[in-house]
Order: sequence, then structure tokens, then C-alpha cells
Amino acid sequence: MNRLSVATVVAPASLPPMAGETGSMNKLSVATAWLDGCSGCHMSFLDLDERLVDLVRYLDILYSPLVDAKHLPERVDVGILEGSVSNADDLRQAQAFRDRCRILISLGDCAVNGNVPSMRNPYPLAAVLDRAYRENVTLQPQVPRVGVPALLPRVRPLHEVVAVDVFVPGCPPPADAIFYVLSELIAGRTPDSTQVTRFGA
Amino acid sequence: MPPPPTPANVRVVTLTIDGQDLSARADETIIEVCRENQIPIPSLCYLDGLSIWGACRLCLVEIAGQGRLFAACATQVAEGMQVLTNTERLRRYRRTIVELLFAERSHICSVCVSNGHCELQHLAQTCGVDHVRVPYRQARYQMDSSHELFRLDHNRCILCTRCVRVCDEIEGAHTWDLMGRGSDCLVITDLAQPWGDSETCTGCGKCVQVCPTGALVKQGTSAGEMVKDQHFLPILARRRQAR
Amino acid sequence: MNLDDLADKAEEYRNQDPDITHEARVCMAASCQSSGAPEVMAALHRALTAIPPPAPGERQGDVEGDAERDGDSEGDGTMAGAGLAGPADRVTRGHRCKVKGVGCMGLCSAGPLVAVAEKGAELMASTLYREVRPEDAPAILASVAGPPVARLHCPTDQPFFARQQRIVLENAGVIDPDSFKGYVAVGGYAPLVQALTEMTPAEVLREITLSGLRGRGGGGYPTGLKWSTVAKMPGERKFVICNADEGDPGAFMDRAVLESDPHRVLEGMAIAAYAIGAAKGYVYVRAEYPLAVERLTTAIRKAKRAGFLGGKIAETPFSFEVEIRLGAGAFVCGEETALMASIEGNRGQPRPRPPYPAESGLWGCPTLINNVETFANIAPIVRHGGAWFAGIGTEKSKGTKVFALAGTIENTGLIEVPMGTRLRDIITAIGGGIPGGRAFKAVQTGGPSGGCIPAEHLDIPVDYDGLKTLGTIMGSGGMIVMDETADMVDVARYFMEFCMSESCGKCVPCRAGTQQLHALLDKIAKGEARHQDLALLEELCEVVQATSLCGLGQTAPNPVLSTLRFFRDEYEAKLCAP
Repeated sequence: MNRLSVATVVAPASLPPMAGETGSMNKLSVATAWLDGCSGCHMSFLDLDERLVDLVRYLDILYSPLVDAKHLPERVDVGILEGSVSNADDLRQAQAFRDRCRILISLGDCAVNGNVPSMRNPYPLAAVLDRAYRENVTLQPQVPRVGVPALLPRVRPLHEVVAVDVFVPGCPPPADAIFYVLSELIAGRTPDSTQVTRFGA
Repeated sequence: MPPPPTPANVRVVTLTIDGQDLSARADETIIEVCRENQIPIPSLCYLDGLSIWGACRLCLVEIAGQGRLFAACATQVAEGMQVLTNTERLRRYRRTIVELLFAERSHICSVCVSNGHCELQHLAQTCGVDHVRVPYRQARYQMDSSHELFRLDHNRCILCTRCVRVCDEIEGAHTWDLMGRGSDCLVITDLAQPWGDSETCTGCGKCVQVCPTGALVKQGTSAGEMVKDQHFLPILARRRQAR
Repeated sequence: MNLDDLADKAEEYRNQDPDITHEARVCMAASCQSSGAPEVMAALHRALTAIPPPAPGERQGDVEGDAERDGDSEGDGTMAGAGLAGPADRVTRGHRCKVKGVGCMGLCSAGPLVAVAEKGAELMASTLYREVRPEDAPAILASVAGPPVARLHCPTDQPFFARQQRIVLENAGVIDPDSFKGYVAVGGYAPLVQALTEMTPAEVLREITLSGLRGRGGGGYPTGLKWSTVAKMPGERKFVICNADEGDPGAFMDRAVLESDPHRVLEGMAIAAYAIGAAKGYVYVRAEYPLAVERLTTAIRKAKRAGFLGGKIAETPFSFEVEIRLGAGAFVCGEETALMASIEGNRGQPRPRPPYPAESGLWGCPTLINNVETFANIAPIVRHGGAWFAGIGTEKSKGTKVFALAGTIENTGLIEVPMGTRLRDIITAIGGGIPGGRAFKAVQTGGPSGGCIPAEHLDIPVDYDGLKTLGTIMGSGGMIVMDETADMVDVARYFMEFCMSESCGKCVPCRAGTQQLHALLDKIAKGEARHQDLALLEELCEVVQATSLCGLGQTAPNPVLSTLRFFRDEYEAKLCAP
């Protein structure tokens, strides 16, 4: 049986030195968001641990659940989206990211292939809502409609609704894979994530 | 176990695979020679010890002077044959075939009991499939948990028929077979009865071990826990041949 | 039995009813039957018996089973239900006429067809009536002695008939397909006896090779080469298979041949068996052709009874048995390896080739598989010689080809023309052009494995190689004509849907690829696709074509590629903004 070896990192051990240690002029601006995901991919990003400190020399995270900014800037170098496109808000956000980001990364299996959220797809949406909000609820069963975005009939991977430049599969993609992908982008190369991660990793 | 001796009437030929000069028995197939010489060549339906099925089309190779492609598992070597196993064109085709498989049924690796031990998942990685360009069909297939030891999930079946062949050729039970056609094809036990009700199944579990994905698994396994062992197969197959 | 004996028999059968001078032939092939031929046949019989008995001194033409007088009345009694046999000859105004059920006369769209002819005359020499209703029967019988019934008359000098050359179909519409004597009377089984008594197997092979005949099932593989290969293969047991699993939408050539002249096919198989050294043959015919199966069953029974099938044929050591195997409704079983799996009783799925059937076919034995029309060409080749056959057609495609004209064309039906006939002649002259004053747009040849030919290429001579240059194939002979209202994306989607639902499911590219191709075509047809979808469509076509296991998958993208080649603008017009 083939034992799969994942993420024995091919990424550079250290990032290239950059002129002007603190200079922010050449930094890549980054925005991240999670759509219909569990936030696990963002957690994996945080798992970069001390390497985050290295990365910050090259990256400027302008918008993310991990920072305070409330508005997606007009122009961003790298957009990172976690999660599948499951509701109207996801769709709007995906389109906004595509409009404003030079490079769009589809991060994690939910964004790349629909993953767990897409498991509702073989069932009609009404049946899914019934199951969740009526059949298994004893007290005042009702489908929430106010203040929540409407679910789309089908959960879709990100690239089915907007063009995607880089795919990083994995549930979640290992921190090493994220580091590799960002390092390659910083170095101006196109990363091949299948060297470091895979579906379901 | 030593390999069986070359029969007296079989010649030995020389050929090149990816520019490498090799010798082989004339009754060997290209894939056998590749495996002997550690030349990687993807496959899903082929399994050493089972009959040739030739259906996954992942082991297609180019042969110099031939317009069409040949399945390495179903093509015998010949003197002077020049085989290419890893051209840009072949890589593109293989990638597409793996994508077609992922889109056909619901292979959600993250929650699969075979996660990390799945040949399809591994192939996706080695063939460079980082996403699937064609839309997922999202068709709903059933599961069969009626057997006390094993479970069948049609959603993860790729119809390689390894289970059908091992049950027929090695175990001799012929519990498994195919029904339907096109994407409606299903592997079935007996005459499409629940596996647990099968009167022919011996419960040997060979089908589970040879299944490349999480379609056939042991009961009681959770995500990533189903590790399969196929070492028995070539040994049993050779013993059967010798008999 | 030698050739002279058989010639005597034929003479005897021809002169069996010396009093009969004319025949009213009712087409009893499937398409005319479905438009009411059995009722017409019955009405003709009634009308015949209603005519006053002949004058004294003349022979009393009483009710007799005319369909068969082979001394096999039991079997023929059952055939009466199918309408081929019945009461018979009466004197009508000095002529003696009998009513006879025959096979396909070709002009299916004008059915039910009835031809009044002198006994034994060929189709062209008959007075043909179209769209005959039962109430027309008396008038038709009256016309035997008088002028034709003008309102029903369908002249046989019109291009539909005049431009044809009938070799395969020479007996179709002339003889009673259920009559063994009828076949012998027109020279049937003489080629078999000739081969068995006067030729060595090698000489038969030589004639077939010399004829230049190529497989009529679609591939166009040289028949002589195929036969010689099987003949040279070592092995005691060999098989002959007739592939009658005709499944292309819009194709009905093989059905017509089997329904019109089944002995011809059996004779071709027997000659093949003699040439390659086989003793057993199978006809694999789809169960959706019940009439063909019935007539073939009758033909096998009668041929066997007469000693032209079975042991020691024509008192030679050669023996040949034929069995029918019914298909269960799978298009893929027309693929030879799937067909053989089906005959063996296994699931009808193809397997990788090589080994080819010639080397390892049915139950691992060398096997010859040819199509119905190919076998139907054998007897005339043996009779007239390979050189005669090679004189017809083009340099690389010899002989004639039967085509089924379907779609939006005036004359729907079955035609046989020499290879190399210009497509324009087939569509406009023989086919009568497009009805309703609309313009011709394209013709699909080769069914779901072929492609379309647009108006600008109508002058191409139809042969194997000519069609290939246009990205399509001869196929088995189906021609679906489309007028200017046809939507080519829809056409491609239709054929892809066919392939998708007929994919056996064995290999991944065909099983899953045709699904995706169909979904993409559907998306384009609905106006929901973008430019990248078109690119994906083309890429998938390439993969399915190059990697599928058998011909079904390998050719499934052809209708898409072909419509893209000639009508790309129609695809692009349906795309939404990128």
C-alpha cells in the first residue's frame, strides 16, 4: 500500500533577505476571508508559528478575520479564500475578492472541491433546510430567513464562480504547504501545491 | 517466492522504455516491465495477480511508430519496441482522467476512512491534480452496511472491478459482479442483494484489501483509519498458477 | 448436388406455376408493415378471390398457399400470420396474377408499396404503387391487364430508382424472403455450391481479395485480408459471426437486408466459413428487429432442411451450422469484442485489442466477424468474380454501398449506389432534396461515430477515404439529412446523449467523459457557457477520443468535433460574455 508522504517540505528553508529590513514598499498586500469553511485553514495559517514573523517582512495583511480591518481594500496583491461558495454572501465576497485581488488563492478543500459543505448537494435545498430546522427541532421549528444570507441551491467550489490562480488543497492544507505557496509567490514564482499537499491532506 | 521460470518457448526481447534499454520476456506486458524496473506508471484497475481489465486508461503509453496509445497493462512487449511513459501529452490525459473520476462520484477525501491510504487520492497528487476543472456531478449513490465485517460505499467506487476479479479469480466465490451501464454501473453482491444477505460471500475480505479507494472498507473504521494490505495477492496468485 | 443439379432446381422452381404470369408484390418489410402493408395484402387477397372464376377450359386458380411450396407447410402456416402467405392466383382479365409478400423496395416514405410485375421481373420493370390503402386493391389488380392506376403510380424511372445500382439489394422487393425456392429460383445458393465444388478455400479468398471488398460495418477493413488472416490462424475450431446489431440512430440497412433476403446473408456466411475453415456461425442480431429475427429463423430452418446448412453441404465434407443470438439492447454490443462477450453469455463489454478476434475471438478461437451487408456481397462476388466487383466503385472503395436516407429529405428510405457517387446526387437526385422548400444544411454520416458534411462539400464522392478527409466516416450507411432549421449544437448534444447512455461503463474516459461532454453541450445549448467552456469541450473531446477503450468512446466526440469544424459560429453565438 502506498503510504502517502505529505508535506515533507520542499519549501525554502528560509526566505530570501530583503532590502531594507523594515521597508514596506515591496511588501505583498494580502487579504483573506473564509466563506463556507470551518476556519481550519486559517488555523493552519496560524500554525506557521514563528515563521509568521518572517513572512510579515514580506506580507502586509490588510484584511482578514485575523486582523481588525473591516473593509476589503480596493487593490490587493494576494487574496486568499477559504471555504466553499454556499450562500449569497459567499458569492458576493468571492466576486469582490476576484475584482480586487491580483492573485486569488483557493485555500483548502472546501474552496477547492466543495468538501464537506458540498455533501448536501445530492439533496434538494428544501430537504436540507427541513432536516436542519424542522425535523430535528422540537421547540418552534422554523427556517431562519431574517439576518442570514440565503443558501444557494448548490454548494460550489470557488473556481466554479470566479477564476482562481492558485489552488492549495488539503483539509486543512498543512502550515508547511501554506508557507511554501506564499514563499513561492514572494519569490515571484508560480507554486505547484501538489508537491506539498493533496485532497484531504 | 521466486518468480516462475521462463517457459522454454518464450523468447527474451530487448526494448527501450523512456530511453532506458531493458530486457524482458516476450510474454510480459509493458506495465510488468515498468514495475520491475521502478519506472513509475499510474494505474488503478491493474493489480499484479489479477486478470487484465484495461479500463482505467491511466497506464496508456506511447509506442514509437504507432499513432494510437496503448494500455501498458494490456500490451505485450516486443523486440525493439520503444515506449514512452511520461510525455506531456500522456500527463495531460492522465490528469484529465483523474479529474473525471473525482467529478463522477463523491470522493470527499477529508472524511473518508481511507484518507491517506487511497490510491486515487495518491494519484491525484502525483498526476498534479490540484483541482477538478469539470463540474462535480453530485449524484447520490447508496451505501451498503449490511455485512457484519465490511461496508460498501458506492459514492467512492471507481468501478475498477478489482473486487469482482479477486473474488472470482482468487477466492473463487464470484460474489461480486457489475450491473447497469455508464455512470449508473454498480458493483453488486450476488444478484444485487444486500451484502449481508449474500450466500456466496465467504467473508474473506480480499475485495476490501484490493479496493483502491474507500469504497470497500472494514466496519468500525473512522476517517483515515482504513489501511489496506495487498501483499497476499501476488503470492496467492502465483500459488494458484503453480497448481 | 452440383451446379447443374441446382440450376435444374432453379429452373423447376421458376416454372412451378406456368399459369401465373404476373405478381402483385406487397412490401412486407418493417417500415411498410408499420404503415399498413398487412391490411393491403389482405385486401389484395380478398379482391383476388372476389374476381369471378376463370372461363371454362382455363385452369382453376384456386386458393393455394403461394408463399411457400417447399413441403414445409407447417412452418409456413405460422408465417401466414405475418402476412406473407395466403390465398393466391386468379385470372384477372386474361392474366394470371398472384399476390406475394416481398422485402424492401426502398422508398419507405411512400409505403405501403405494391409492385405489379411480370413474374420474376426486376423491380425497375414493375409498375409501382405508393401509399396504397386496402380499398385500392381492386383497382391495382385491375391494372394488371390495363393501364396503371394514375393516382397511385410511382414511376420507377425516377432518379430514386434509376440512379441506383442494386447488388446487395438485387432480390429485395422481388423475392419472397420466406421462400427458399424463391431464392433458389433467382440463382441463390449457386455461388455456395460453386465455391464448395469447384473452388478451393484459397481460390475463394483470392476472389474476395481481388474484389477489393471492404467491411461494410463502418471500419472499412479489407474483407479479403480479414478472411485470409483468420484462415491462416492455427486452430481446429474457428467461428464466423455476422454482426447484425445495427444500432446507429437513423440506420436500417441491415434490417432491410435481413428482412428482404435472409438466405443471401446465410450463403455469404457459409462461403466465408468454407474459406476460413469454420464449422459454426452466429448471427448476432438485436432483439429490436423481431421481423428480421423471424425471417432469419425461417431461412436457417429451410436452408438446413434443403441441405445448404448443416452437415455435408452439397455432398461435400464441408459442414456449417448457424445459430442466432439476440442482443439485449446495448449499442456497444456492435463492437466486436463486446459482441463476442455477449455471445459467450457474459456481460457485453469490450476488451482491449490486440488480441484481435482473428487471433483470439469467440472462446479464444480465431473468429471472423463481418457485417450483414458485407456477407450479402459475397454471393455475387463468387458468382461474377472478384474482378467484376472491383470494376464497380472507386479506386480504393469497390462495389456499391447501401445507405439509409433519413431526416428532412423527400425520399426517406433505402438506396444502393456505386461507391464514389457524389453526395449531391444522393441527396438531391435520389433523395429528392429537402421538403418544404427549405435549404439543405448538412448530412450526418456514420451516426454517433461520424460527422456532418455541410453544403459546401456536397460534391464529394462518397467512399471510405473521401469521407475521412472531411472528418467523418462511411459508417454502416446511415445518412441523416438536416435542413437549414437544424441547430448543430443540438445535433451534437443529441448524439452525445446517445453515446452517454450507451456507454457500457467500463473505461473511465467514455463513462465519465461522455457525461461531462453532454453536460457541457447542454450548457452551451442553454446559453450558459463561456469561452473557457468551449476550450474545455475541445480538450475533453481530445482526451475521450485518444484514451477510450473501444470504438464507442473513441468516436463519441466525432459529432462534436465535426460540428465545431463546420459550424463553430453556431457554438460561439450561444456563448455568454466571458
